Amino acid sequence: MARTRNAVATREAPPARRSRKGPVTKTPEGISPSTQPELWTGPDRHLLDLDHVSTQEITEILRSTDGMKEVLSRRVRKTPALRGKTIVTLFFEASTRTRVSFEQAGKVLGADVINVTASASSVTKGESLLNTVRTLESMHVDVLVIRHPHSGAPYFVASHIDAPVVNAGDGTHAHPTQALLDLYTIESHLGGVAGKKIAIIGDLLYSRVARSNLWGLTKMGANVVVYGPPTLMPPELDNAEGLDGVVRAASMEEAVDEADVVMMLRIQRERQAAGHLPSMREYSRVYGLNARRLKLAKPGALVMHPGPMNEGIEISPDVAHGAQAVIEEQVANGVAVRMAVLYMLAARGASGR
Amino acid sequence: MASGTSEIQGKVILSASEVRRALIRIAHEMLERNGGPQGLALVGIKKRGVQIAHRLAGALEAIEGQPIDVGGLDPRLYRDDLEVAGTKPVQPTEINFDVENRPVVLVDDVLYTGRTIRAAMDALIDFGRPASIQLAVLVDRGHRELPIRADFVGKNVPTAGNEAIRVLLQELDGEDSVLLVRTPEEESV
Repeated sequence: MARTRNAVATREAPPARRSRKGPVTKTPEGISPSTQPELWTGPDRHLLDLDHVSTQEITEILRSTDGMKEVLSRRVRKTPALRGKTIVTLFFEASTRTRVSFEQAGKVLGADVINVTASASSVTKGESLLNTVRTLESMHVDVLVIRHPHSGAPYFVASHIDAPVVNAGDGTHAHPTQALLDLYTIESHLGGVAGKKIAIIGDLLYSRVARSNLWGLTKMGANVVVYGPPTLMPPELDNAEGLDGVVRAASMEEAVDEADVVMMLRIQRERQAAGHLPSMREYSRVYGLNARRLKLAKPGALVMHPGPMNEGIEISPDVAHGAQAVIEEQVANGVAVRMAVLYMLAARGASGR
Repeated sequence: MASGTSEIQGKVILSASEVRRALIRIAHEMLERNGGPQGLALVGIKKRGVQIAHRLAGALEAIEGQPIDVGGLDPRLYRDDLEVAGTKPVQPTEINFDVENRPVVLVDDVLYTGRTIRAAMDALIDFGRPASIQLAVLVDRGHRELPIRADFVGKNVPTAGNEAIRVLLQELDGEDSVLLVRTPEEESV
């Protein structure tokens, strides 16, 4: 997969529609929805990113999340909604919260959930992604949840499989269920995101969480302000089509000033070999969120982080565990949001057979 | 008399005052059947069943002078037609009281195939073991596909497959009335 960092800028139509069969090995740069509108006709059977999901559909997922949250609060946390369905989570990257979250979501809905991790599968014997997916499909998968280190891999998989595919994070590209749970968490505290100032701070270049959040937040009418080291800001951000309402701040103070939500991104130390940053200490001093900086935001502003946190680098421990932090709530809401997504997509998959 | 503001065209089966009288009668029947209001709880099926349950509770309270527990239930996750059920958001179920060992009356607007009631009974039982589950509906239109019958019925309306029942309620639609309409599709529940 060639695409790594320009997903925000080009509002591409990924080659993920069922109508398009055949191997897709190159990135679809330059293909915009306006040139290929026939590829996008109504609700998709896959959830690969939020750029193609309508605001109405996002709203419906968030409303359904209310219902799923209620199920999670019951004494008996089990329903027969997806009984007899098989959900496979296929993870080619390390993950705790996302994988467990999808697994719990599927199990509360009554599905059988099978977890496949690359390190313990035939992938270590050299099996290709396509053959791995074909093997799984021949075992009657009803929904496939995939995380992959290469941007675009879930799109490739979706174009080769009949079952609905959920992108659980692909490289530096997208992480749509994280963006949905962030939307839900903000909405449940502030009543909505429209007109709210949301500051997203940190490494936007490598952050799939930030990319999907930019789509979700701007679609729902938020005023998004971004800030981070110049070396870690995607240059395409300025002319990104469809990302109206995203402003670059000139300083941390400007970004946080009067913000309703401060969303900190993880510094991905595993991706910092390229020398984008002089040192973690300097990063923390200039770009870290501490109590003093948080005071510039609106009183009671929410502090969010997709996890896992580097406490003391992008966020100070007192803020990370302070009264304004909703970071653990994000994790809890993640299960309910994923239940809503799995239920919706399993229904679409069932109606197509 | 009732469908003046309605945009839906159809034959009026129950007018506003007939809906009111039917609910008061059902309230009396519930008390008679259960020997009084002791322990009685109502659970409406979303969404119109919830409004009807609240009205029945109001009628029961007016007769007996004591409050009645009312809940609302979305049976969507218990239905047997995932490809249809999964196209709409799941709503939270609100049963903020103990159903254990109490007579619980499920309330819905229209009884048709019985599949929604089957799902609702399964959902209810996940909240505990009621002493009994009873069923009250404003309209029974026939065409059952499961061995289910209502204990309390506002009106029995024999219908054809290409007809549907539309229940309009003040709280949601600005007026009370029940209409019989022609439709090419099956009625969505």
